[in-house]
Amino acid sequence: MRRPVVETVSEERVLAVEVELDRLTKRFGATAAVYGLSLSVGRGEFFTLLGPSGCGKTTTLRIVAGLVEPDNGRVLFDGKDVTRLPPWDRNLGMVFQNYALWPHMTVFDNVAFGLVERRVPKAEVRRRVAEALDKVGLTGMEGRFPSQLSGGQQQRVALARALVVRPGLLLLDEPFSNLDAKLRVQMRAELARLQRDLGITTLYVTHDQEEALVLSDRIAVLDSGRLVQAGTPRELYENPRDVFVADFLGGANLLPGVVVRRGSAEVEVQVGDARVIAPVEGEAAPGQPVWLSVRPEHLELSFGDAGGLRGTVVATDYLGWTLQAEVALADGTRLQVRGLDPSTPLRPGQPVSLRIRSERARVFPRRS
Amino acid sequence: MEPRAVTAPSPAALWRPRWRYEPAHLALYAALLLVVGVLVVLPIASVLRGALVDSGGFTLAHVARFFYTPLYLESLRNSLYAGLGATLLASLLALPAAFLLGRYQFRGQAVLVTWLTVPLVIPPFVGAIGLNQALGRAGALTLFLEDRLGVQFVAAEGLRGVILAHALHYFPFILLTVTNALANVDPSLEEAAKVAGARGVRLLWRVTLPLVAPAYAAGAILVFVRSTDDLGTPLILNVKNMLGPQAYFRITTIAREDPDGYAISIVMLALALVAVLLATRLGQRREVATLQTGARASGRPLRGWGPWLLLAYSVLVGFLGLLPHLGVVLMSVSRVWSLTYLPTGYTLDHYAEILFRAPQFVLNTLLYSATAAAVAVAVAVGVAYLQHRGRVPAPGLLDFAATAPIAVPGVVLGIGFLRVFDRWTVPWLGVPLTALWLIFPMLYVARRLPYAVRATSAAMAQVHPTLEEAAAVCGARRWRTFRRVVLPLVLGGAVAAGVLVFVTAAVEFSATVLLISRVEQSPLSYGIYLYAQSPRGRGAAAALGTVAVVLVAVGTYLANRIGGRRPALTW
Repeated sequence: MRRPVVETVSEERVLAVEVELDRLTKRFGATAAVYGLSLSVGRGEFFTLLGPSGCGKTTTLRIVAGLVEPDNGRVLFDGKDVTRLPPWDRNLGMVFQNYALWPHMTVFDNVAFGLVERRVPKAEVRRRVAEALDKVGLTGMEGRFPSQLSGGQQQRVALARALVVRPGLLLLDEPFSNLDAKLRVQMRAELARLQRDLGITTLYVTHDQEEALVLSDRIAVLDSGRLVQAGTPRELYENPRDVFVADFLGGANLLPGVVVRRGSAEVEVQVGDARVIAPVEGEAAPGQPVWLSVRPEHLELSFGDAGGLRGTVVATDYLGWTLQAEVALADGTRLQVRGLDPSTPLRPGQPVSLRIRSERARVFPRRS
Repeated sequence: MEPRAVTAPSPAALWRPRWRYEPAHLALYAALLLVVGVLVVLPIASVLRGALVDSGGFTLAHVARFFYTPLYLESLRNSLYAGLGATLLASLLALPAAFLLGRYQFRGQAVLVTWLTVPLVIPPFVGAIGLNQALGRAGALTLFLEDRLGVQFVAAEGLRGVILAHALHYFPFILLTVTNALANVDPSLEEAAKVAGARGVRLLWRVTLPLVAPAYAAGAILVFVRSTDDLGTPLILNVKNMLGPQAYFRITTIAREDPDGYAISIVMLALALVAVLLATRLGQRREVATLQTGARASGRPLRGWGPWLLLAYSVLVGFLGLLPHLGVVLMSVSRVWSLTYLPTGYTLDHYAEILFRAPQFVLNTLLYSATAAAVAVAVAVGVAYLQHRGRVPAPGLLDFAATAPIAVPGVVLGIGFLRVFDRWTVPWLGVPLTALWLIFPMLYVARRLPYAVRATSAAMAQVHPTLEEAAAVCGARRWRTFRRVVLPLVLGGAVAAGVLVFVTAAVEFSATVLLISRVEQSPLSYGIYLYAQSPRGRGAAAALGTVAVVLVAVGTYLANRIGGRRPALTW
């Protein structure tokens, strides 16, 4: 009946796989949750699927897990087509958003589950479970039931359960979304350390851009089931391909403008009564309507009329270590300003002027 | 948690839809459809056929004759009268106590709740025997009234006796539903009304009562349905002109194929169906009134004379509710108890009779009920699994068929069983299936399957699909996932349901009585009826009744312990 499961490795480091997604499409009813998605994830890479709710990132992860079968396209592990392989034959570790710990089993039994399924001898099960619990810092909790654990501890059990089988691929579906902010940062660091130590290929799903930036080797931004842009965190942040990526990853002030003049690698854009010279790639002919995308930290604020864009402070957010402000321009456009000195005496109603650090601004086409 | 715009895939859509349906699921589905089809659908269909089809094809003549026959019309009137009377009396007994328990907080509250639910552990036809000893023609209290107050009033006699027995047995249904509803009414709803200026009687009338009314109606309908369903109490109290007894007598004494028996059955079925549908509608409305915030109104202390009056009344109801138990237990140990307040001599002979000289009643009951419980749990787990996870066409169909008996009176199901299985000859033995003891477990499975399925399905609904997905990712195939994850998680609910099936099967009478072919095969409930036929056997009947009460009490306690929740007690 049962196919013998090949033990991947016997030593500590796992044999990570290379994952390739080839033109995946999955429809639920009339909506395409995933549409023509192709990606490749390198051996040992920490790869994040990032996007807003309903962008298809979880469906993609579930297709990779074998929990959902795609309508079209293929999933390849190390070049081998596994699209039709059921989840139990894929040698995966997965952490679910709600952890999915079995409430009727102790911590030990939860972690040991996959080893028992793999017919691992009892003594080795005990050794490996102890080892896995040690890795996540839960030694001594073997006899507890999930209901007796805190959220963070449950999270660690789920991680230990995923890692104990030495999977070729670790899948994480928004694993930290149920934790409070402080614990989330702590768990994030621990996950990063474990992943680096084990060298395990990791596919991570989140809608939290900060998490994605901190953890990932590479990020793929998804929107409406399609891949928008993939690259390293720095690439995506500094060179977003379009308005969506710019705004979703890091936030962006979008100012409507018109191209006045085109240079070799930059354009001059008329924004309100100001002119800005910004770097550009691709098409941008004079007269073309564009968005000038400026990150909130790339606006320099000064009091009174000091040239640049003139506006009025609408609101301030005092965060202790920094200060943020919202500024309304004369035409009603609202701009976010970040990274101000917290001692700046800023009050709503104050007239200010904003200078754009234009070398950091980006220009994207705009449909008029 | 992040809301998903794209509908999350339903669990049924998981794993390799290479075929639309899962072969292993289909096989189980077919097997369960067969079981439920034979045990539930065939008997019900057979009753319908008996009433609506004759040699000339479809006919309404038999049903029409029902409405032209004075005896049947009188039976219908009596059944409605008894049902409504029992409901009304039960409401009078239950509502004041429910208000007290749902709105006030006092020491000994838990004791009072338990005390007031004790009537549920005595099957009504057993209770009728005890009631007869207390309030019957020669009952202790009847004598007391006549001797001391000169009042001649026999409470437990005829239809009045049926009403009293049912009201005293079933009033906890209303008590429990209304108490629960009162306690669960979101306090903010009443607070909002208070802020808006309503208080006292107006608050009660305009806000609280409308919120609790659906729960009350559901409890009241349950009392009505159970009351019209019960055949044992009228038979014990010798009331023949009601629907149940009439159907029973037509089929067992006139003729197996007597169309009038089936016509009466159809009328009973229609009555029960209307009531159950009504209760279902109300049940859906009920959920609107209670919010799942976990916020509960904190009870008020007993202050002023109002609540103390309620308490006194509740204690009185508690004593009334114990009368049947006291009567039965005393009767079971009495040597002579005639025209005196209390027995004039005591003995354990009746227990010797039922435990040593005629132990088959108890032994049969244990065998039948245990078999029925095991089968019902197995079927229920299968039905619940397929309903929630099954990749089969129309998984709801199976669930519907399995819960259909909830709207079928016991007499009607018994008649259907008799009509279908009397014609099935057992290979090798050459006797009809109805001659084997197996017919009783089959009957009990059919009759109690709805409760087992409901309880197991509720447990199954609690199993989050990701628990199974996690197992699959960890390397467990479907069967292993079922065995290691799903089964352990639903087993608690299923076993608790099994205990309740056992308990309710052990005191089933309405359908059982139709299938008795030999006394040696008969279970405890029929034994009670048999002994109760003769004045000399009443002591043994009471002893058997006491055994039944103990079985029910222990079983209910166990089911509560295992299930962790108050299960619906229904027989």
